[in-house]
Amino acid sequence: MSEYIEHDKTGLSVGVVDKKLFTFAQPPGELTLENGSTLGPVTLAYETYGELNPDRSNAVLIMHALSGDSHVAGYYSNDEAKPGWWEIMVGPGKGIDTNKYFVVCSNILGSCMGSTGPGSINPKTGKAFGLDFPVVTIGDMVTAQKALINHLGIKRILSLVGGSIGGLQVLEWCLRYPDMIVSAIPLATTPKHSALTIAFNEVARQAIMADPNWHKGDYYNGAKPDLGLAVARMIGHITYLSDESMRHKFGRRLQDRSDFSFNFDADFQVESYLRYQGSKFVERFDANSFLYITKAADYFDLTRQYDSGSLVKAFSRAMAKFLVVSFTSDWLYPTYQSKAMVKAMKKNGLDVSFCEIEADWGHDAFLLPNKRLTDLVKGFLERVYDETKR
Amino acid sequence: MKQKDNEIRFDLQIIASWIEPGSKVLGLGCGEGELLHFLKKNKGVVCTGIELNEDKVAKCIAKGLSVLQGDINEEVLDYPDDAFDYVILSQTLQQIYEPGELIRSMLRIGKKGVVSFPNFSHWSIRLQLLATGRAPITKQLPYDWHDTPNIRVIALKDFRRFSKETGFSILREVAINTDYHEKSGNIIKFFANLRATYGIFLIGKRKQ
Repeated sequence: MSEYIEHDKTGLSVGVVDKKLFTFAQPPGELTLENGSTLGPVTLAYETYGELNPDRSNAVLIMHALSGDSHVAGYYSNDEAKPGWWEIMVGPGKGIDTNKYFVVCSNILGSCMGSTGPGSINPKTGKAFGLDFPVVTIGDMVTAQKALINHLGIKRILSLVGGSIGGLQVLEWCLRYPDMIVSAIPLATTPKHSALTIAFNEVARQAIMADPNWHKGDYYNGAKPDLGLAVARMIGHITYLSDESMRHKFGRRLQDRSDFSFNFDADFQVESYLRYQGSKFVERFDANSFLYITKAADYFDLTRQYDSGSLVKAFSRAMAKFLVVSFTSDWLYPTYQSKAMVKAMKKNGLDVSFCEIEADWGHDAFLLPNKRLTDLVKGFLERVYDETKR
Repeated sequence: MKQKDNEIRFDLQIIASWIEPGSKVLGLGCGEGELLHFLKKNKGVVCTGIELNEDKVAKCIAKGLSVLQGDINEEVLDYPDDAFDYVILSQTLQQIYEPGELIRSMLRIGKKGVVSFPNFSHWSIRLQLLATGRAPITKQLPYDWHDTPNIRVIALKDFRRFSKETGFSILREVAINTDYHEKSGNIIKFFANLRATYGIFLIGKRKQ
């Protein structure tokens, strides 16, 4: 997702921010995970913007997607080139207004951006976990976020906002801790991965595991499985775009040449783009984290949790007001999946708004500047905030 | 900033006057949410809207309404019985393919319904057809026959007969004379079928 990060044209920003660490679940009070194993201590990297109001009713929790981090907005220093990943949405006067709301975002459990994950040191061995790291679930990520929210002294969350895998966490939160959530904005997401999505993730994982440097996840002291991870990212980027957006963006245009090379260099712009995205990704992301997070997302299935058996029954636990948003050209998490959630929410008498935004940019649309999305989020948040005061 | 009564369309003012304060309302084909916003601000009504057009849906949500994008004929099917106190179908009946089905759904998910539509038996329409011999075009029904969304023509009398055939009761009925954008109008008491431009009906389930 980082390819889109840009300075906000309005020049408004939360400014210089810093990444904080919260460590909890110290032995013997380890975190019990869904697969039955325990993990501890656990560290979450997080950032906050804005001020928590005196009655602690203005907290907005943002959940990031697969490769994101806690750095949603602002800059780590005055001379930093790039702001956080959702600078266009989060800041003073923006869709998620930091003058009004206390915004929190933490790096997910299993990731590699400061929170505990497979690349962290296993206290039992003094070496990186690698595949000894337990297979965590979206539910486990949410349980860890809940510990952070408790630590920050927040009892009720005004709104949960997240797209894609961040959206899975939003939904999980709403069912796991229903009475803590006033409202929720799941963007471009799904109640469960389709076979198509699982298939793409599996091919991406296979690319990593087929890299000779992967060594069954034990590579932290040597060469990393960069080629595998780069191919995994290339597959990801195909799924984030759409036929339409790829035609606009690349067509069959050639890259830095006027004719075919008649070898296997990157002739086409689309090839060059994917190679570039892949090679850039390996600089900042850990291959094992990619395996763990995609697996967690594939396991996620609201109809299986809480003995629900159906989406309607699953949402009978929820109490939040919802704003569900999908994008027309998103084939990774298509609109029909959002509509299925909306249907289940309606059947439970939940307050739900739904909008399918016309956009050519595929799944990535939720991260691109989009006035419509900003207006929706802003209007919805203002309403739910006003309604808490009645 | 409280909106005043006379700031919404006259027909919507009449509908608003029928809605009990604090009740639960579903607006079908709610457009940009003019009526729902008014009911929410002035009568403390809990509103939900359904609208097909993305642009209008986005405007509704941005102004703080709870609105779903979708086809009203399908979306009504998901709600539990008696989920709302009122289900409102304002000036949309003439565009519905299966009006009987939709009204039955409205009275399943709502305790009462409100239906309004342009009256096709207004004297000006009758006169136009008689004088020109062509499909009438009026301020209320401003489209040519080949590009109109209004696939049905309904007279006040037709709707009364329809209520008996379909099996719902008319609890209240007002005929009015106003232009579409006018904030004011008159209630027509006599020869309404001939003189009214719009009919507004409060409907309920037929008593067994």
